[in-house]
Amino acid sequence: MLQFLIRRLIGAVVIMFLIGAFTFFLFYTVPQDFAALSCGKNCSPENLAVIRENLGLDKPITTQFWEFMTGIVAGRDFPQGHCSAPCLGVSFDSGNFVWDSIVDRFPLTLSLTVGGLVIFLTLGLGSGLLAAWKRGTVVDKVVSGASIVLSSFQIYLLGPIVLGILVYSSGIMENPKYHPFTENPGTWALGLLIPWVVMATIFTAQYTRMSRSTMIEQLQEEHVRTARAKGMSQRYVFFRYAWRGSLIPIVTILGIDLSALLAGAVVTEFTFDLPGLGRLAVDSSLTKDLPLTMGIMLFGAFFILILNIIVDLAYAYIDPRVRLS
Amino acid sequence: MTTLTKTEGDKAPTGPGSFLSVRDLRVRFSTEDGIVKAVDGLSFDVERGKTLGIVGESGSGKSVTNLTVLGLHNPKSTTVEGEIILEGRDLVTASEKEMEKLRGNKVAMIFQDPLTALSPYYTVGRQIAEPFMKHTGASKREARERAIEMLTKVGIPQPRTRVDDYPHQFSGGMRQRAMIAMALVCDPDLLIADEPTTALDVTVQAQILDLLKDLQQEFGSAIIFITHDLGVISDMADDLLVMYSGRAVERGSVREVLREPKHPYTWGLLSSMPRLGGDTSQALNPIPGSPPSLLNPPSGCPFHPRCAFTDKVSGNRCSTERPALGEGRAAACHLTAEQKQTIFIDTIQPRLR
Amino acid sequence: MSDNLTLPAQQGSTGASTEALLKVEGLTKHFPIYGGFPIKRKVGAVQAVDNVDLTVGVGESVGLVGESGCGKSTTGRLITRLLEPTGGKIEYAGQDITHAKRKQLAPVRSEIQMIFQDPYSSLNPRQTVGTIIKSPMEVNGINPAGGREKRVRELLELVGLNPEHYNRFPHEFSGGQRQRIGVARALALNPKLIVADEPVSALDVSIQAQVVNLLQKVQEEMGIAFLFIAHDLAVVRHFSQRVAVMYLGKVVEVGDRDSIYNRPRHPYTHALLSAVPEVAMDDETENRERIRLAGDVPSPISPPSGCRFRTRCWKAQDKCATEEPPLVQISGNRENHLTACHFPEEPSIEARSEDVVMDPALKALEKDGDVPKG
Repeated sequence: MLQFLIRRLIGAVVIMFLIGAFTFFLFYTVPQDFAALSCGKNCSPENLAVIRENLGLDKPITTQFWEFMTGIVAGRDFPQGHCSAPCLGVSFDSGNFVWDSIVDRFPLTLSLTVGGLVIFLTLGLGSGLLAAWKRGTVVDKVVSGASIVLSSFQIYLLGPIVLGILVYSSGIMENPKYHPFTENPGTWALGLLIPWVVMATIFTAQYTRMSRSTMIEQLQEEHVRTARAKGMSQRYVFFRYAWRGSLIPIVTILGIDLSALLAGAVVTEFTFDLPGLGRLAVDSSLTKDLPLTMGIMLFGAFFILILNIIVDLAYAYIDPRVRLS
Repeated sequence: MTTLTKTEGDKAPTGPGSFLSVRDLRVRFSTEDGIVKAVDGLSFDVERGKTLGIVGESGSGKSVTNLTVLGLHNPKSTTVEGEIILEGRDLVTASEKEMEKLRGNKVAMIFQDPLTALSPYYTVGRQIAEPFMKHTGASKREARERAIEMLTKVGIPQPRTRVDDYPHQFSGGMRQRAMIAMALVCDPDLLIADEPTTALDVTVQAQILDLLKDLQQEFGSAIIFITHDLGVISDMADDLLVMYSGRAVERGSVREVLREPKHPYTWGLLSSMPRLGGDTSQALNPIPGSPPSLLNPPSGCPFHPRCAFTDKVSGNRCSTERPALGEGRAAACHLTAEQKQTIFIDTIQPRLR
Repeated sequence: MSDNLTLPAQQGSTGASTEALLKVEGLTKHFPIYGGFPIKRKVGAVQAVDNVDLTVGVGESVGLVGESGCGKSTTGRLITRLLEPTGGKIEYAGQDITHAKRKQLAPVRSEIQMIFQDPYSSLNPRQTVGTIIKSPMEVNGINPAGGREKRVRELLELVGLNPEHYNRFPHEFSGGQRQRIGVARALALNPKLIVADEPVSALDVSIQAQVVNLLQKVQEEMGIAFLFIAHDLAVVRHFSQRVAVMYLGKVVEVGDRDSIYNRPRHPYTHALLSAVPEVAMDDETENRERIRLAGDVPSPISPPSGCRFRTRCWKAQDKCATEEPPLVQISGNRENHLTACHFPEEPSIEARSEDVVMDPALKALEKDGDVPKG
């Protein structure tokens, strides 16, 4: 198991390096003078040269790449000062360190993602289990029908509707706003409740349908029948035997959905006008702030890699055949 | 068109020695294609400590019957009629709670493929201990000790360490042994074994069959042994029921049925089967055609479209009138006793050399 | 091309011929296993088939029996060149085809055909029966007189199917009928050798006999040689003139039908035969020896040293662990009856004065003398 984890971590480092190299060369080979972009409209040749030197753009591309990569591991010095360890460079636009901008915006995106994840897993798996347990009854039909209707919604459609009802016309709730969790968990949750629910709705529907169908499939498994033949109660068999098996396909899909979830967070940030990482990414690409775009990309890739390792560990936890082989 | 004669079921009282008695059992599934008559008027008895063999090909209803005995059929799409009397109690009308107390306790089951029939997610020990805890109220520790004891009994080497293994760490034969340990953990009065050795290799099968026989002597359980293999049944069973198309077509002691079979289907089965001591210069005698669809079973005798002796029965009784299966040693066939005797001696027996 | 495919008329119907059609020497197949840390590498091999010698004469039917994992199916796939051998030599009609390339293999491919176990998955569900049977002729560019469709109809009739069903799909047929389609497809190219891998084990008993009879008819009337791979000893006995018994990738005993089934010498053959459940038709059949081995077949990843059967053998001695017994005609064997054993059994399958019971659970339960019947 430990070997597996170490092998995965080594693999992750290699993949991160490849992603870094790929994005770097992709961006830096585009025919675009970044110094000119950074310099602005009234740019003198002297200014341009200084900027070019400050940004390190006068060096050969391989040197630039080397400096970029070592910067991530060991930090790097810029005229603005020392950029410590995971240094992703300096924003062309603001002149701030990229890492600082990401750290500034990340908590909001993380809150959105994790909150949405918790809500849709609870609701989705719960209602899926309910539908499977009550298979063929009215409850099952209502849940299944509702999940089909809900899954056809989109965040940018549902968002304004919910805002219109809960905020603008009735005033029951305030406009979504981010308060750091560390300050007051209560206001943190309240401020993000609407985006969470809207984002979760779309995913809930999908997970309801999936957990229902995998549960029904598992209930037909022979080992589930054996458990019943031993005299175990229906409830026990349902939650101990069938549920365990249906977790595997769910975790698999969840692993695939994680990147979709990040993308969902971007749309959600726009819909509710929240200043998260997604907004930062879109803004940076509009202003052609390449170091920032690249930094966010790498950061996102890192995040997804870590989550994938967690998914693999979850497999091993659920299924002894994975753990012991 | 079809005159369904009153089946034998309703008149037979439960025999004194019989511990399970099934009377006129009918099981129907509703499927998209229509109603499947999986079991159609089946009656049999199982005596304490004895083994009843049920033999039949796929779709003969042999497995469905035994799932129904344990109430493991899908209640929504299945209708069950008739009686399944276990020690005076009718299981067809029993509640789910009553059935739960029975399963794994009084009546246990062994399935065909031990790889899929054991959960991959829990240790073998836990899966054996579970029913013991549930039915005897034993503590976790007691149940674990019992699981180790059972594993020892069924011949798992190093049971103390293997008890914590998962099924995938066991070989095929060991998995089936674990399955037997699980079924016998509460010392059941009746053990239903549904093709328990079909997925196993022949040398392992021989071990498992002998193990079941030896354990039966020790535990005194009655066994219903379901198989398609006449060789296995000849080795295992005391009494034999031959099923075809959801019905019992022949019944008797194993010796009687296999040495002096009376039903054309049993004749067909025996003469289509190559044997180690058989004459290889003689071609096999297969039953022509294929088993009937249970959606639309043939009228009259279900075997008549494949039967070579329908012309010996006057009129077209074979295709119009369903032959009844009498009491005790019997075959559900319109041929007269003398006809059966003559055909068997003249035509069938020479094929069985 | 099609000219040289005419069959030797009625050649094999009388039994083993002296002329070898297929000759396999030292055939070996090891499947590599990858693992290790931190970098994955080859850490071992599944020794599926190890140094197997086998001959199939023209028109002869040879049975290959053994339990799961003994390598019998792998051997079949190596001979049909569906798998690439690790070592050894496959000679077909005097021609070495062990590592023959696709082009060189083309003429041989049409002469060696295969019938598979599962009649459900070995036929493409989206093709009609006609297409399925016709395609081997198309691939090999064979144009029989009267056209391919006519030939397909003839084949359908030959295997006992209605030629009218030319345009039907596999799912419209029952299991037994599908296996007949598989036979028709194998016959489409007038093969000289058919490798049948468990051709009847997925079928019901009453249908099994239909297919066995069909194969026997094909074998005898068309003089096609068969390598009949099965785990069912009774079916193999019925079908095969010669039989090879495999255990853990090795042939442990080979000989004509009578030698193997009535005068076996290898302890494993004895154990196998004694394990076959037989319908007791009369009291004579009950007088068979009873041998119950312990445990399952060991893993082919690290097979026992010396004789591979020694870990389950009741006659094993130190020599068995150190020295691999050669497959030879040991004393007391008839001609062409080869046994790989240092301490062979008596050539009889009669009941012994004392049963051989290796299984610890059975031993414990039977200690008190309650030996079960049978």
